[in-house]
Amino acid sequence: MATKTGSAPQIPAPVSLSNEEILRYSRHLIMPEVGMEGQLKLKAAKVLLVGTGGLGAPLGLYLAAAGVGRLGLVDFDTVDFTNLQRQIMFGTSDVGRPKSVAATERLRSLNPDIHIETYDTHLTSDNALELLRDYDVIVDGTDNFPTRYLVNDASVLLGKPNVYGSIFRFEGQVSVFGAPGGPCYRCVYPEPPPPGLVPSCAEGGVLGVLPGIVGCIQAMEAIKLILGVGDPLIGRLLLFDALGMKFRELKLRKNPDCPVCGTHPTVTKLIDYAEFCGIRGEEAPAQPTSVPDITPRELKARLDRGDDLYVLDVREPHEFQICNIGGHLIPLGDLPKRVSELDSSKEIVAHCRSGKRSAEAAEFLRKAGFRKILNLKGGILAWADEVDPSMPKY
Amino acid sequence: MPIKILIPTPLRAYTNKLDTVEVKAATVGDAITVLTSQFSELRKHLYNDEGRLRSFVNVYLNDEDIRFLKKDQTEVSDGDTISIVPSIAGGR
Repeated sequence: MATKTGSAPQIPAPVSLSNEEILRYSRHLIMPEVGMEGQLKLKAAKVLLVGTGGLGAPLGLYLAAAGVGRLGLVDFDTVDFTNLQRQIMFGTSDVGRPKSVAATERLRSLNPDIHIETYDTHLTSDNALELLRDYDVIVDGTDNFPTRYLVNDASVLLGKPNVYGSIFRFEGQVSVFGAPGGPCYRCVYPEPPPPGLVPSCAEGGVLGVLPGIVGCIQAMEAIKLILGVGDPLIGRLLLFDALGMKFRELKLRKNPDCPVCGTHPTVTKLIDYAEFCGIRGEEAPAQPTSVPDITPRELKARLDRGDDLYVLDVREPHEFQICNIGGHLIPLGDLPKRVSELDSSKEIVAHCRSGKRSAEAAEFLRKAGFRKILNLKGGILAWADEVDPSMPKY
Repeated sequence: MPIKILIPTPLRAYTNKLDTVEVKAATVGDAITVLTSQFSELRKHLYNDEGRLRSFVNVYLNDEDIRFLKKDQTEVSDGDTISIVPSIAGGR
């Protein structure tokens, strides 16, 4: 098959559909906008899904159902219980299995006529061009800034359209980047936010239906690009507000000075995206702190001994309701204005869910002059693992 | 002139959870200045230390990116809407 370049891909049509396929796709075939010609384009199309999580789930399901002939799935992760609230490609029995394996099985059972290629790996600067090269349309369903910039740059360098979607709590953004004449992600957002400024889904939460809606819009855009019908979201940013149930649209322009797709590009090969994003993103380690740790077992032993410890819980009130270890609740964001409630002569043990926010809180307190602070290593999750197995984890 | 400023979810933590703030201003720059004087915590999330709008935050007057209009100097008129749109990355 010929090498593909450009957007609205010139896909050579496969010979024909089998009678079973004709039956399967009959609701497409009777629409003039798709028809036999369009269905054959779908069959010839090759779409790469980067990420098979919240966005990837509806994307995978609908693109497979629609008869996209070759679907590539990139994911290094395994299914866990917290995924099931939104990642509808997976079932409870998939927990613990690699996502790429579970997704393949699910999509194969949905549509055995398509070809599924899986890549159980991180997308990196070393493998991205190789992985993306064979596909016509790239769909970005990732969850962190370094990978989003990587997907963008690789798509631009290869001249492939990149169907972008991202979510935060109740909000979604969708666009088509890297299409000929259209802007890329960097035209819109030249740089990522500094660490800690934008919380991730893991920290900020996400309503399960939201990635479903946004992923479905991405699937629709991918299919429109393949069919060459309608008005794709090129040069437009679709904003979705689930609480207000409002869609808005903003105009995006190609930036002539864009470092990747501008007239004088400075990024002509893939770079180190972790560095570009300043160790940001999902895999960012907890911020270095000069505050010493205490393990859950040590804390338990000291509390049992009757040591006079002030346990400071810096999570949010709704998290406190899920589970707590009887600490005094002052959410991290309120700490500066409520710092006077704390007694610096007492020994303070800060904790949160996993230890990251409490490290920030402890560091803040240290700078504010507190000297006797400890950070509970691994947070209340580690407490549940090591001290109290009856405690729910979230 | 009353202008509506739409606050995105990630920044509502700094506007007492308000999703919309009305201000009176003549330019987009004025409008944001009024907003950030009302909610001082917001300022560092919108501007860097040199006082320039951060490059992961875009400001739109109605549906146009002010970078392609007259930036901060873009005039506003009655009933206009300013949107602050930061980049978000969630997807899993």
